[in-house]
Amino acid sequence: MIRVVLPAHLRTLARVDGEVELQIEGQVTQRSVLDAIEARYPMLRGTIRDHVTQRRRPFLRFFACGQDLSHELPDAPLPDAVASGAEPFFVVGAIAGG
Amino acid sequence: MSRVRVLAGTRKGAFVLTSDAKRERWEVSGPHFAGWEIYHLKGSPADPNRLYASQTSGWFGQIIQRSNDGGKTWEQPGTKPGEPTTTPDGMPKGESNKFVYDGDPGTHQWYDGTPHPWEFKRVWHLEPSLTDPDTVYAGVEDAALFRTVDGGRTWQELSGLRGHGSGSRWQPGAGGMCLHTILLDPSHPERIFIAISAAGVFRTDDAGKTWRPMNRGLRSEYIPDPNAEVGHCVHRIAMHRSRPSVLFMQKHWDVMRSDDAGESWQEVSGNLPTDFGFPIDVHAHEPDTIYVVPIKSDSEHYPPDGKLRVYRSRTGGHEWEALTKGLPQSNCYVNVFRDAMAVDSLDSCGVYFGTTGGQVYASANAGDSWAPIVRDLPAVLSVEVQTLP
Repeated sequence: MIRVVLPAHLRTLARVDGEVELQIEGQVTQRSVLDAIEARYPMLRGTIRDHVTQRRRPFLRFFACGQDLSHELPDAPLPDAVASGAEPFFVVGAIAGG
Repeated sequence: MSRVRVLAGTRKGAFVLTSDAKRERWEVSGPHFAGWEIYHLKGSPADPNRLYASQTSGWFGQIIQRSNDGGKTWEQPGTKPGEPTTTPDGMPKGESNKFVYDGDPGTHQWYDGTPHPWEFKRVWHLEPSLTDPDTVYAGVEDAALFRTVDGGRTWQELSGLRGHGSGSRWQPGAGGMCLHTILLDPSHPERIFIAISAAGVFRTDDAGKTWRPMNRGLRSEYIPDPNAEVGHCVHRIAMHRSRPSVLFMQKHWDVMRSDDAGESWQEVSGNLPTDFGFPIDVHAHEPDTIYVVPIKSDSEHYPPDGKLRVYRSRTGGHEWEALTKGLPQSNCYVNVFRDAMAVDSLDSCGVYFGTTGGQVYASANAGDSWAPIVRDLPAVLSVEVQTLP
């Protein structure tokens, strides 16, 4: 079970409260987590990563286990604690704007 | 008894304001999509309870919302949760927020004149078809025209506009390179006018396949060739549906008029205190009665002398009168954006506009007097009004 914490606006769009829990077959990576989120919540496609390039939107970052994983390769394995569900994967919006 | 429904898009959500035909007492619902920029909402002329909204964010990108009940409830018209996101043959399904340029988008001019790649940023304006609730046109930044024919589930670019030949010379205005105005000609179903800052007006007569610039007569001293075929910062154009070959324009500077469906333009600024501004609109029953909101200058985006004045011409331009009753006449420094003025079609024509200070003003007597419907919304980006039976 993978746990994902989404920013408030994306929880509203997906109509969920609190953490999202996902089952992922195979290796747990940024790409497999985002694929699973978008499959479960198609309304979030394009809001975390670009529809075409699949690159992370510039004002979003990925964190887990106290580390900034934003610049890791999308197919790099996420920490074991994320893969086991002990720690959540955070999608975080930059603090900017008014 | 008839009713009116005002749709206000703001920096922090959408608001729906409703009243009976007296337009004195208003119910306010919202914010819908709280915290998001709502660039525009508009109802379908063919089904007034079908509304579309452009919801945008610098963080999360573009969302399209649709309502089938006049704004009480909303949905994203894309794939439902739990439905497969691919087609049976394995192709990704289109999504309601997926605006992808047709082919290699190429480059346009950046502010400094250098080539800059076309990049989708947001939908500025949604224009539902006059006849089909599931068909909607979307004007986007960087400037292009998209269309959906399935109620917003998928969007396709009408790329003949961007690719007609002058696209590489288009340049962003201060607000970005936006396609902000879409006028559908009720008497020529295949004729569409659009306007882009800063490229100008374009017209298609074949439902979007081919386009021509329609900027003859525009003169813009702030561009290298003041009489260029494209490059003019057109802020807004408007038409009366009974006379669609007559167009009115608020340009960056200058208020203009065309009597030949955009083939040529003449200045009609007349006695306006300043001819800079953003919105322009036409009275619902008097095709020669038009409204603008003069703004001091391109560097001082507020009314001259701190007095918020709508100007009305009953002669299709040249001669203008200030409409001030009920509007602040001192210390007012708000702006009125290009999509933030609308008229209803009740017998006594109502005129509405929203300000960057969060007021939405209404006049139930064609502008003779005004009163705020609301005073303290977030900055208003757009105002539309529906006249309901």
